[in-house]
Amino acid sequence: MSKRIEKDQARFRNIIRGRVKQNLKKYITRGEMIGKRGKDFVSIPIDQVHIPKFRHDPRMGGGVGQGKGEKGTPVGQGDDPGHGQAGTAPGEHLMEVDVSLEELADMLAEELELPNIQPKGQKNIQSDKRVYTGISQAGPESLRHFKHTFKRALRRQIAAGNYDPKNPIIVPVREDRRYRTWKIKEEPVAKALIVYMMDVSGSMGEEQKEIVRLESFWIDTWLQRQYKNLETRYIIHDAVAHLVDRETFYTTRESGGTIISSAYKLVREMIEQDFPVDEWNIYFFHFSDGDNWGESDTNECFSILEKTLLPAANLFCYGQVESPYGSGQFIKDLRTHFQEEEKLVLSEIGDKEAIYNSIKEFLGKGR
Amino acid sequence: MSLPSEYRKWRDEIQGYAREYGLDFFETIFELITYEEINYIASYGGFPIRYPHWRFGMQYEELSKSYAYGLSKIYEMVINNDPCYAYLMKSNQMVDQKLVMAHVYAHCDFFKNNMYFSKTNRKMMDIMANHATQIERHIDRYGAETVENFIDSCLSIENLIEPHSVFNQPVAVEDEKPTDPNGSLDFRFHSEKTYLESYINPPEILEQKRKEWQEKQEKSRKKIPPHPQQDVLAFLLTHAPLEQWQYDILSIIREEAYYFAPQGQTKIMNEGWATYWHSKIMTTRVLSDAEIIDYADHHSGTVAASPGQLNPYRLGVELFKDIEDRWNKGKFGKEYDECDDYWTKKNWDKKLGLGREKIFEVRKMVNDVMFIDAFLTPEFVSEHLLFTYQHNASTGYYEISDREFKVVKQKLLQGLTNWGQPFIFVEDGNFLNRGELLLRHRHEGIDLNIEEAQDTLKNIYTIWNRPVNLESILGEKKVRFIFDGKEHSVKNIG
Repeated sequence: MSKRIEKDQARFRNIIRGRVKQNLKKYITRGEMIGKRGKDFVSIPIDQVHIPKFRHDPRMGGGVGQGKGEKGTPVGQGDDPGHGQAGTAPGEHLMEVDVSLEELADMLAEELELPNIQPKGQKNIQSDKRVYTGISQAGPESLRHFKHTFKRALRRQIAAGNYDPKNPIIVPVREDRRYRTWKIKEEPVAKALIVYMMDVSGSMGEEQKEIVRLESFWIDTWLQRQYKNLETRYIIHDAVAHLVDRETFYTTRESGGTIISSAYKLVREMIEQDFPVDEWNIYFFHFSDGDNWGESDTNECFSILEKTLLPAANLFCYGQVESPYGSGQFIKDLRTHFQEEEKLVLSEIGDKEAIYNSIKEFLGKGR
Repeated sequence: MSLPSEYRKWRDEIQGYAREYGLDFFETIFELITYEEINYIASYGGFPIRYPHWRFGMQYEELSKSYAYGLSKIYEMVINNDPCYAYLMKSNQMVDQKLVMAHVYAHCDFFKNNMYFSKTNRKMMDIMANHATQIERHIDRYGAETVENFIDSCLSIENLIEPHSVFNQPVAVEDEKPTDPNGSLDFRFHSEKTYLESYINPPEILEQKRKEWQEKQEKSRKKIPPHPQQDVLAFLLTHAPLEQWQYDILSIIREEAYYFAPQGQTKIMNEGWATYWHSKIMTTRVLSDAEIIDYADHHSGTVAASPGQLNPYRLGVELFKDIEDRWNKGKFGKEYDECDDYWTKKNWDKKLGLGREKIFEVRKMVNDVMFIDAFLTPEFVSEHLLFTYQHNASTGYYEISDREFKVVKQKLLQGLTNWGQPFIFVEDGNFLNRGELLLRHRHEGIDLNIEEAQDTLKNIYTIWNRPVNLESILGEKKVRFIFDGKEHSVKNIG
């Protein structure tokens, strides 16, 4: 395949990426792109890039078409429907570009000025990594070290007296060949767990869920960029808590009251069983409208937080979305109770527009 | 890749039929290529080598995607060049390949014989490759970003050329000089009666006249351009403060724009002509019984009219057929035009048999505008259900607005004249005596798209390097758009 067009294509994609980056804020607060999520990339709809020219106002022009219909029969909406101008380019339309999640995360980081995360020291988890360290006399041809090989050959030729500086031709023979060799090095790997908790009580409507969906998409994107090994768990709760899969997490709508401690208890259990604190970087994200059942339950929440969850966590983020019934008390209680606790991040998310700042609040600490 | 023997056999056979019917073409070279290659060549406008630019990449991305999703497929591509190059897609069936070959020979005939192509460069394949080399060299020297930005600016005005100018000899028009037989200036009234001299030619008046004339001379000498100029690119090439590489690029863009111009001017005719001939050759000579269904399917796909749209293939081929029919039957001329009996007109047949000859003449002499202007008839418009549509601001829809012959014809012509694009002229290269550029939009009932116009002005600024003005009419008010290098403004000029 010709390299020429590939270069042009790469250049074009670069331009597109620039556009996406410019408009990232718009995309963060809109859901379109998440629906189009592939395994490693998302498709982002953007306006077609075009070169401006002197053109007629399309709405004033009209044109000629062919077919049946009375006067006043609609033939199309928005864009110029027909070939009113035979021979000119087709009208403007949206096009989709694929952006890899990694790239998206980098854009997000740049846009929100997110610091890189410093993982907790994880000495006991190792992974093997190849490091090219030395030179040897045997090896696969694909790893041949040309510079060393020629140096050997030169040395041999000089020693043998058949090197002529005026006609500096060096011919390596079998014995001159040198190859790169590697050592296996063990490297600590950071593992991370994200636990999303969502209140699905009757007061959490579609719009609130949409906010949670958007926000967790971006959080996921970012943390995935930071950790190679990322586990995700989803928990929904009303008066009781359940561990569910991703699909259910976003679609379930329950009714009933809210007992937040039920979720915290479930999380505590999960961590104690499966995720030893010294091996895992643990992130909690809890979204609720903050209408907890009663003061006694709130107090129980505090004690679980203090004793288990906060010590285990890199970050505990609580986002309070505003439901049609107003915003609850829970965030205020948290704020007064944990004034000094820097692992706890609180954010009030009034509407979709607030997602942008909320992400920044959550992830801006670099933990 | 050289053609397999079956292809060669069919190529030679179809070429024979084409010649038998009187088509006259350059040598035509067919290449058999994959869909990837065809997408990539199509993104380059049919050429294997073009200069580096992102818009080709965009084209490629779109073509590849829509091919991958099965939304579109390129059947045929042919380049106006001597020899003509045409591409066949490997994965097509043989019956498609035959159809494409027949279609292509008619295109090549059109390229070779239509007057509007007569001035195009027939070695464009080489020229395009040279342009690529030239621009690549500039990129090496000045950087991809810089060069690409400049190309963007140039492309923004690539449509500001005058397609007919290739036929013109530039004529210098000068004011008539009042001279006496000795060749010196003479403003006197001449009279036999010499005693009237001091009355009819008082010296102070003569002196005044001389001064006026001189001033006028000076003024017109300073006016650049002397007359409004439609070829804005040529004007910029001569007068804009360009560095050598910029000059190079701008003239490359201009040359390519002129090369492509006739294809835009003859889209309906060219496609109509090729469709006419592929159907003639296929149905009378080539098709085997087994192929007829596939052929019919693909042919009807080519000429299909999607609801509410005008397909140039269809309009072209139907008009050619209509012309052939009319000239066969003698449905033209004074007698026919003046006849007002519907049935007499409908059954009119003088058995002239001039049809074939006429369409060959038409394909030689006219372009789309003249084609519609001269040969679109009221009968054709009503038979083919043509209508005009208009945007209805209250519903947001485009709606059918008229089926009247005159209105339809006028709208069609409006869409074709100057490719349906606004007329822009350079009015003054030293506007306000400050070296500003003044362009004028000749308003013909449709306003400009303001946002785009302003972006375009911005691009022209990067070429002209001084403030750029554009006079136009917006909602019946005369206005002047200005871009001064920093910001846009719009002035009402009464």
